[in-house]
Amino acid sequence: MNNKQRTVEHKSASSFLGAVGAIIWKDLAAELRSRELLSAMLVFALLVILIFNFALELDPLTRRVATPGILWATFAFAGTLGLNRSMAVEKDRGCLDGLLLAPVDRSAIYFGKTISNLAFMLIVEAIVLPVYSVLYTTNLFNPGLIVVILLGSVGYVAVGTLLSSMAVQTRTRDVLLPILLFPVVIPILIAAVKASSGFLQGLALTEVMPYINLLIVYDVIFTSVAYMVFDFVVEE
Amino acid sequence: MKPQPIFLKVLNVVSVLLFLATLSMVFLYAPLEATMNYVQKIFYLHIANAWVGMLGFIAAAAAGVIYLIKHDQKWDNIELAAVEISLVFFLIAIISGSIWARPSWGAYWTWEPRLTTAAILEMVYIAYLLLRQGIDDPDRRARFSAVYTIVGSISVPITFMSIRLFRTIHPVVIGTNSASSQGSFDMTSKMLATMFFALFTFSVIFVTLFWHRIRLGQLAQQVEQLKLEELQ
Amino acid sequence: MIAVKKLVKRFGLKTVLRGLDFEVQAGEFVALLGPNGAGKTTFLRILASLSRPTLGEVRVAGYRLPAQASDVRRNLGVVSHLPLLYGDLTAEENLRFYGRIYGVLELSQRINEVLELVGLNSRRRDLVRTFSRGMQQRLAIGRAILHNPDVLLFDEPHTGLDQDACDMLDRLLSEVAGQGRTVVMTSHDLARVEDLASRFDVLSSGVISASASRNGLGKNNLLDFYRKALAS
Repeated sequence: MNNKQRTVEHKSASSFLGAVGAIIWKDLAAELRSRELLSAMLVFALLVILIFNFALELDPLTRRVATPGILWATFAFAGTLGLNRSMAVEKDRGCLDGLLLAPVDRSAIYFGKTISNLAFMLIVEAIVLPVYSVLYTTNLFNPGLIVVILLGSVGYVAVGTLLSSMAVQTRTRDVLLPILLFPVVIPILIAAVKASSGFLQGLALTEVMPYINLLIVYDVIFTSVAYMVFDFVVEE
Repeated sequence: MKPQPIFLKVLNVVSVLLFLATLSMVFLYAPLEATMNYVQKIFYLHIANAWVGMLGFIAAAAAGVIYLIKHDQKWDNIELAAVEISLVFFLIAIISGSIWARPSWGAYWTWEPRLTTAAILEMVYIAYLLLRQGIDDPDRRARFSAVYTIVGSISVPITFMSIRLFRTIHPVVIGTNSASSQGSFDMTSKMLATMFFALFTFSVIFVTLFWHRIRLGQLAQQVEQLKLEELQ
Repeated sequence: MIAVKKLVKRFGLKTVLRGLDFEVQAGEFVALLGPNGAGKTTFLRILASLSRPTLGEVRVAGYRLPAQASDVRRNLGVVSHLPLLYGDLTAEENLRFYGRIYGVLELSQRINEVLELVGLNSRRRDLVRTFSRGMQQRLAIGRAILHNPDVLLFDEPHTGLDQDACDMLDRLLSEVAGQGRTVVMTSHDLARVEDLASRFDVLSSGVISASASRNGLGKNNLLDFYRKALAS
């Protein structure tokens, strides 16, 4: 008993980070082995780009204008796939209960899942960008663009993880997540598309900053809100 | 079902009377606007409905937060009532706005901030209703609905500000006039009076309908209870 | 070790547990029996801190639920009929993951001990999704005892196992329980439970309707006891 109590005192702060780290490691390790999630997201993303190619029939000039929009639409759609899958893994084998049984704050689960979801999304985006660059002979290696993608993905995943935790516990599951998520992440899409477009067109930083600020504000607000309400989504 | 309290019965009558009074003010008291004539009169309906929609929106957000704090099912009922009312009234506002827009802006729809945000808000409400449909356990349903209400009620104002960052042609009736806005018109004092009276009337109508809808929700809960007792 | 007073659990308008009283001393092995839908799983989930009581007092390992849930969890190991294991990780990785979120010290050594105990050392580097159901349950027990909890909760652990696997599971259960732990296990299989538990409680109509110790019952009387308890 005493041994255990000592364990408790030493580990309370580091156990939170330990739990978050463990969850991230677990998700990445499992994904590395099965590659189900990443391949699904990647194939879907590339298919979406392909569809846009035929649906929009763009000449090179229009294409440059449409690129940010196409990219973000692709990320938004592929993102829901990843979010759904990531949570479904926990729900199906009862693993969510396994996580809830751990003597650690619920928000550790939220942060762990959010960060691994973010990692998956960034990996997919990192592959889509060069592929898109090659397919459309557009140079997308723009540091500003990378920052926008990072900020936008953070916000998307912050809200997405919260909502997918809810959706996975309903009857309508997979279908429900996009319906819940898209109306609520519109500010990200607006700001991200505008900011991406600004950077790609080489606009002055002052013109792009309002959108970057919007992204940052959104990210901060929603990460905090999600962190605060996550308990209500997983506790009975 | 409990019989309607006296106050509610009074409100029913008052609502109808006020509505008739507003109609007469709109058609008899308020002057004809110079360029738009009778079409402009739908504006009073449009504004009043949008106003009620806003009231519902705020009520829903508040009810959501209160539910999470107190875990009392009645706040879930209130939240649902507020969402439904807000949904319907915003819809009427959007439609009446469209009717007004066609002759004045030449199109039924434009992607300007207020209109687009209203449309997005409707999508959030529909998502809310679909979410509720997918959950059987009342406690979970109430918790998730409250969470989504909070997320939505923070996101939608941010959406509005985002869209505003780069588009504006909605008529700015009262308040600041942004340089790029067009299609505004000046209001005489009689028009203002009519508008405020319409807002007041619809606020009363909002309370009446809200009350009725909450009672309906309570009745639904009682039916659920009876069903369960029958089965056991 | 476990003290439950007047526990009430409601799901919306449906009452599942009606003022249940339940007490377990340290080291006891209690089999919780009852028909389907009686509320056994609900009760176990409350003890496991996965569900909140609507009313009443629940103490596990000396801590109150839900207020001190975190402390309870530290002293609790749970095995349900779902494996709670990640299919794409190896047995060892699963244990490592759970060890880390439970903050288990000297983890590698502990993992070796546990794998040895559940007889899965030879399969430690194999993916869990290649395991048979019996092996998954054994690993699940390993997961449950990894952090050396005083209290173990089993929810119908024999579900889906064949005869051999059940026998192996029972051997493991006896060994694990024999280390001075307090165990509560729900089950449908009276024959199995008869040899494992020191006490039998019957949950029906939302309360514990009957309780008997193994010594008090004598051999082969469990079925009669159970039937009588349900009939009353």
